[in-house]
Amino acid sequence: MEMNKREGVFSGLTILAFCWAVVGPLTMKFFADHGATVIRVETSKRPCTMRSSAPYKDNVPNYNKGGYFNYYNSNILSLSLNMQLPEAREIAKRLAVECDVFMENYTPGNMEKWGLSYEELKKLRPEIIMMRQSGYGSWGPYKNLPAFGMVLVPIAGLPNFIGWPGKEPLPVGVSAYTDCISPRFATAALIAALDYRKKTGKGQLLDLSQFEAAIYFLSPAVLDYDINGREPERIGNSSPYAAPHGVYPCQGDDRWCTIAVSDDEEWASLCREMGRPEYAEDPRFNTLASRKQNEDELNRLIGEWTVGLTAEDVMERLQAAGVPAGVVKNAADMYNDPQLRKRNIYWPMEHSEMGMFTHLGQSFQLSKTPSKAYSPSPLLGEHTEYICTKLLGMPDEEFIDLMQKGVFE
Amino acid sequence: MLNHCRVLDLTDDKGFLCGKTLADLGADVIKIERPGGDPSRKIGGFWKDVPDPEKSLYWFAYNSNKRGITLNIESEEGREVFIKLVRTADFVIESFPPGYMDELGLGYSKLSEINKGIIMASITPFGTEEPYRDYKDSDIVVMGMSGTLYQTGESDGPPVHISMPQACLHAGLDAAVGVMMAYHYREMTGEGQHVDVSMQQSAAWFQANAVPTWELNRKNLKRSGAFRAGMSRQVGQRQVWPCKDGYLFFNVIGGRTGAKSLSALVEWMEADGGATDFLRNMDWDNFDMFTVTKEEMDRISGPVGEFFLRHTSKELLAGAVPRGVSIGPLSSMGDLLNDECLKERGFWKEIEHPELGASITYPTEFVKSSEVDCSTRFRAPLIGEHNEEIYNEIGLSGQDLIKLKQSGTI
Repeated sequence: MEMNKREGVFSGLTILAFCWAVVGPLTMKFFADHGATVIRVETSKRPCTMRSSAPYKDNVPNYNKGGYFNYYNSNILSLSLNMQLPEAREIAKRLAVECDVFMENYTPGNMEKWGLSYEELKKLRPEIIMMRQSGYGSWGPYKNLPAFGMVLVPIAGLPNFIGWPGKEPLPVGVSAYTDCISPRFATAALIAALDYRKKTGKGQLLDLSQFEAAIYFLSPAVLDYDINGREPERIGNSSPYAAPHGVYPCQGDDRWCTIAVSDDEEWASLCREMGRPEYAEDPRFNTLASRKQNEDELNRLIGEWTVGLTAEDVMERLQAAGVPAGVVKNAADMYNDPQLRKRNIYWPMEHSEMGMFTHLGQSFQLSKTPSKAYSPSPLLGEHTEYICTKLLGMPDEEFIDLMQKGVFE
Repeated sequence: MLNHCRVLDLTDDKGFLCGKTLADLGADVIKIERPGGDPSRKIGGFWKDVPDPEKSLYWFAYNSNKRGITLNIESEEGREVFIKLVRTADFVIESFPPGYMDELGLGYSKLSEINKGIIMASITPFGTEEPYRDYKDSDIVVMGMSGTLYQTGESDGPPVHISMPQACLHAGLDAAVGVMMAYHYREMTGEGQHVDVSMQQSAAWFQANAVPTWELNRKNLKRSGAFRAGMSRQVGQRQVWPCKDGYLFFNVIGGRTGAKSLSALVEWMEADGGATDFLRNMDWDNFDMFTVTKEEMDRISGPVGEFFLRHTSKELLAGAVPRGVSIGPLSSMGDLLNDECLKERGFWKEIEHPELGASITYPTEFVKSSEVDCSTRFRAPLIGEHNEEIYNEIGLSGQDLIKLKQSGTI
């Protein structure tokens, strides 16, 4: 097959990736969406857990028809290698040394087992750059503890900030929430490492622990404990700095809006919109302190007003009056969001097994070198032949021979 | 790694993490505050609970490794000084309302005339397009507009917000990634560019499987309390389990990851007083979360839940580590500071705050490099702390500084 020409910031850059789940693809996409050739190694022996996660096209489990997997893997090339076989490990080693960057996010031990540790690869190519992104770091007491976002969210302490006073802590609804934290740190560090190599000729090992990246993200809370001995408390939807501050019911089934008022001027505007200008002067509500003190009553009165309106109405009316307010968007709202669509976050592409399918695009925009949709998410092993024969220059006979040995399963 | 780069950081709390990330990677980040200090210094908690712009722990956490100056870029003189700084800089990052920098004559097109290679990142709540361009933000509003809020909470209650602001962190990090990409491009072409970051979009970027589930099944994944929605045809997937002294997060999942973890858990239960025949005989390699029945799930959850209840979270973590069982006990902040793995990896570092006569524990770094120190090295700047040092670096004299001070520019 011929590849579309890839432009952009990383045009010409090649990356070998043993990257899986969500952390892997989000990291790979930063590069692939900006023009890098990213080769993701997979195997049908043990397909990525996202390939076996719902939803599925036609509601039938199938490795190539998973909506979860296919949403996050556009622009990435899939090379299928059965790493149990020495020939496969040789191909991986060859690619690791020839590519500009080697990245992986398996549980530590796998790369070592396959002869792909930093120490091994460095012998073959001293200036190699390797990014490791495991749950708890590539060394240390928890290195063998398998991790994924759902367990990293609590161990990093995030549910302490979610829930109602006196009730149990809640997970983030977007369950593997930490999955979007470490890829960003990893990408910023990797680009700096590429620059460092260009200037000094030196490669390096970057060891990122998803656990540590998530704690770093929430670091003010750790400082507050260190200095003031304060553990975070679950405070529902309230805020120490604003009242009203919350989620209010609206017209329709499971429709909600947010309102956040941080000063008296915004409060007066909200009162006018509610048709209750007198609340602005009401001693129960006329200062932030009094609104905080009478917050239950305040929330009840606002809820009585919002419930008669659509969430969109509340948002538009309050925003026009200068009060922060929004629709609590569900997935359908997200899918149709006019702002996100204008900002090109979704990339509909024809996928050979999915049909027309929306792939995730990028999270920000570069003015001169925009991210682009080059190819839909790959079928498992879709680019194996291309990578072996075209990129590695393997003779056809050798490719067929290896295929018959099961190297590409 | 970036110690040849200079960053002018005009952000408030919407963008702190961008400059912080670049500073950790070695860049010389100059935090520019309005005279008197950034309003974000009012965000708590505070040192010993004393509200004071020089004692905000929130400010400390995200502004360490930066130097700091004060400058009023709204005045003519202030703009001139800012332009001098831009000539020496590689990156400008800002989080003013859309269009604000353009109105001051300091938008990207203007700055690029002064310094062709300059890279500018703008972080705004919703981006620079209509309809939401001028919408006012608050974290709960943005998190509501980006999908996470709707999916979080009890199934029979309203959506619940993460009480620590999140959208600004996603956006700040995206800005760091964006300017690094732009930098990579500049090193090849000599040309800078503008990076446009929207907090809504940054927070919306990862929504697990919510968007494809809507597209394929026309189904809105709803919040489901302690459970996880959308992974199975017939059952909810429990995430939060009570243990003897707190809470534990654990998911029964399929695939290779699940098979390893679940068979190890059953062995552990067996050694700890017995697993059930049903659990012992499960074929975990072929367990499929998508098709599992409610009856099967109950026969798994029942004994597993009882096992967790018999143990403390510390016992469970200690037992899970050697066995490779993927669990996540809910950590308190105190647990994190005492965590064995974080300690051994040197994740905590004491940073001196001489004015406070004390040191504070910070996370050391977000990544360990085999070549370069990426750690937190020095505390966040006091208001105008490096005025003299930095303004001297760009050629302003002591006399100039006195004048600028008198006019309220710095």
